[in-house]
Amino acid sequence: MSTRKSALSRPLIESAWWKRFLASVRYSGYVMFHPFDGFWDLTHEHRGTVAAANFFVIMLLLTRLFTLQHTNMMFLRVYWPKVNIFQQCISLLMPLGIYCVCNWGLTTLFDGKGTLKDVYIATAYALVPYIIGALIIIPLSNVITLEEGSFYSVISTFTTIWSALLLVCGMIQIHDYSLGKTLLFLVMTVLAMAVVIFLLLLFLTLVGDGIGYFISLYKEINFRLN
Amino acid sequence: MRQLLALTAAFMLLGLLAAPAALAAVDGYEYAYTYTYDYWEDMRESPDAYRARLMISGGSLGIPGGLKAPQGLFVRGEDIYICDTGNNRVLQLRLTDSSAEVVRVIDAFQGDTSPLTFSSPRDIYVTEEGDLFIADFNNNRVVRLDRDLNWKLSFTKPTDATFDQSVSFLPKKLVADVSGRVYALAQNVNKGLIKFEADGSFTGYIGASKVRYTWYDSIWRLLSTKEQRAQQEAFVPTEYDNVALDQDGFFYVVTRTFSENDLRSGQAEPVRRLNAIGDNILVENGSSYVIGDLQWAPGNTNITNSGPSKFVDVTVLQDDIYMVLDSTHNRIFGYDQQGNLLWAFGGVGNSDGFFNRPVAIEHMGLELLILDEAGSLTVMTPTEYGQLVYQAIGEYRRGEYEASAASWTKVLAQNGNFDSAYVGIGRALLQEEKYEDAMRYFKTALDRKNYSEAWRLRRMEIVEDNIGLIFAAVAVLLVAPPLWRRIRKVIWEVKQAS
Repeated sequence: MSTRKSALSRPLIESAWWKRFLASVRYSGYVMFHPFDGFWDLTHEHRGTVAAANFFVIMLLLTRLFTLQHTNMMFLRVYWPKVNIFQQCISLLMPLGIYCVCNWGLTTLFDGKGTLKDVYIATAYALVPYIIGALIIIPLSNVITLEEGSFYSVISTFTTIWSALLLVCGMIQIHDYSLGKTLLFLVMTVLAMAVVIFLLLLFLTLVGDGIGYFISLYKEINFRLN
Repeated sequence: MRQLLALTAAFMLLGLLAAPAALAAVDGYEYAYTYTYDYWEDMRESPDAYRARLMISGGSLGIPGGLKAPQGLFVRGEDIYICDTGNNRVLQLRLTDSSAEVVRVIDAFQGDTSPLTFSSPRDIYVTEEGDLFIADFNNNRVVRLDRDLNWKLSFTKPTDATFDQSVSFLPKKLVADVSGRVYALAQNVNKGLIKFEADGSFTGYIGASKVRYTWYDSIWRLLSTKEQRAQQEAFVPTEYDNVALDQDGFFYVVTRTFSENDLRSGQAEPVRRLNAIGDNILVENGSSYVIGDLQWAPGNTNITNSGPSKFVDVTVLQDDIYMVLDSTHNRIFGYDQQGNLLWAFGGVGNSDGFFNRPVAIEHMGLELLILDEAGSLTVMTPTEYGQLVYQAIGEYRRGEYEASAASWTKVLAQNGNFDSAYVGIGRALLQEEKYEDAMRYFKTALDRKNYSEAWRLRRMEIVEDNIGLIFAAVAVLLVAPPLWRRIRKVIWEVKQAS
């Protein structure tokens, strides 16, 4: 551990962008095992980068696709006629985006220190155990049999819980909140997300109806003129 | 605009030419007369497994009265027995090439009992020796006659305390075992099969379905007033609608009383196989439960022919393959011993192979006989495809795995949608220890249990074949790190020295 820490404490600002990127990606390993320390430095010492966060989100999308494609039939059976890659990606990106915006919006009103960028980076770093878990169980699912399926479910549950705990730690550190306040605001964030999704649906429906009105108007005029 | 019209007209003409081909096959059978469901519960077209061979109506039998609301059907050897309920008689028929001839009209019998006639006989069972058990519905009795129609015994209303004395004994369906015990279903009795000993004494019930309370029900009942509770649906066991015996003497019963949610969750168990103490031992290892149709429009009791399948009768053929008769869409569903759907066919209508109000199904060899309350008997005969499926299942059951795989391959050539065929070939390959090929077939059918088994065996093979390599790898992993440390140390020492 000590060697890794000394390598990381080298000033990153002057080095080339890709070195900074690689270092910030590698830093996720430190965050996984030292969440409090790691998340503090992630934003306050600028150890994390948006580039690395983007990388993790892209990895999350790719993992989802790999999971669909390569998980053994014993553990996941995919109804391919109904699978749409864009839908799959949107179904991950939309909640992520809405979560970041809602969390930032709420915490800003209640003394949260984190910026939108901080929330995004922390959330993305918190996803790392989940991604690694998924990447482990995909090959594993092709080695084990159904009777050994508990390995599969244990790893997947364990890494998911790990990610959730990291998310809580991350929120504590970037907003400088207590644990109780963090949990409260995570619940509030979920409620806010529901409201946002409701408003989005309402908006889209209304816009759809509005456009439909003009389309039918155009059709009617077209019909009369002919 | 004119061009568009011309184009449309041309397309419509083309459509007209193509329409007959699309609507009906050359032989007049509709497309998708027969179908199955795949793992995803999507309906898949299947070649016809059965075709109507004969349609015998009351009029074509040449007896006065024809068939009037017949309810019961039984086959023993070559003889077909029909309870001509509306005419208060039982007909004994034999099939001929183009129709059927009446062997006997049983409308009265001799003996020391009264009355010596029937009143709305609902069901009949005939023993190997030719003894007849007839559920004489409105005379509140089950009569046992010998083959020459001499009265032997009447099974009447049990005087036991467990039988509600305020309701009359209305036997509607029955079977009997070799020693002459009678198992009857009576109207308004929901305690299961009523069991009579061979001497006519009542000895209890078999197989009452358990009453299920959910926590939701309990809370709801707790909160409602006494009056409300009285109005609510009573929590009573379901009543069975029909019963049949299989070759091993187990009872197959069907019920039409269930909720759609229970049906989807597999708790309704509309078809049950009961052992002697009344447990349901029906095997449901298929990718779906034994509930007939897996897709249906929301049930509306006011519209006939809508909602989930409701089974009125069941018959068990060779190799524990059973056919259930559905009165919702008038279809017949065939299942194998594991509960895999083999085929579903039939429908509402007047033409051959369609039914109006089917009430009973029986089999004669592999042929199926379906009794329609509207007054007809349909004889359906298996097609080449149907026979191949029977053959493949039978060969596997007898341990002829290679022959079974060959038959399943032939089935597959006719129906590539049929998951059971892939599984059948896979299982035969598994027996032949061709695990990798078996895995491929199981994967196609999305059969994970069998796939897992094949993979377990294949994995064992891989490990056994590469045992040397694996030991070598482990050894290297154990030896390499200390070795590497030693080498580094030597290099370091050399560097220090220089």
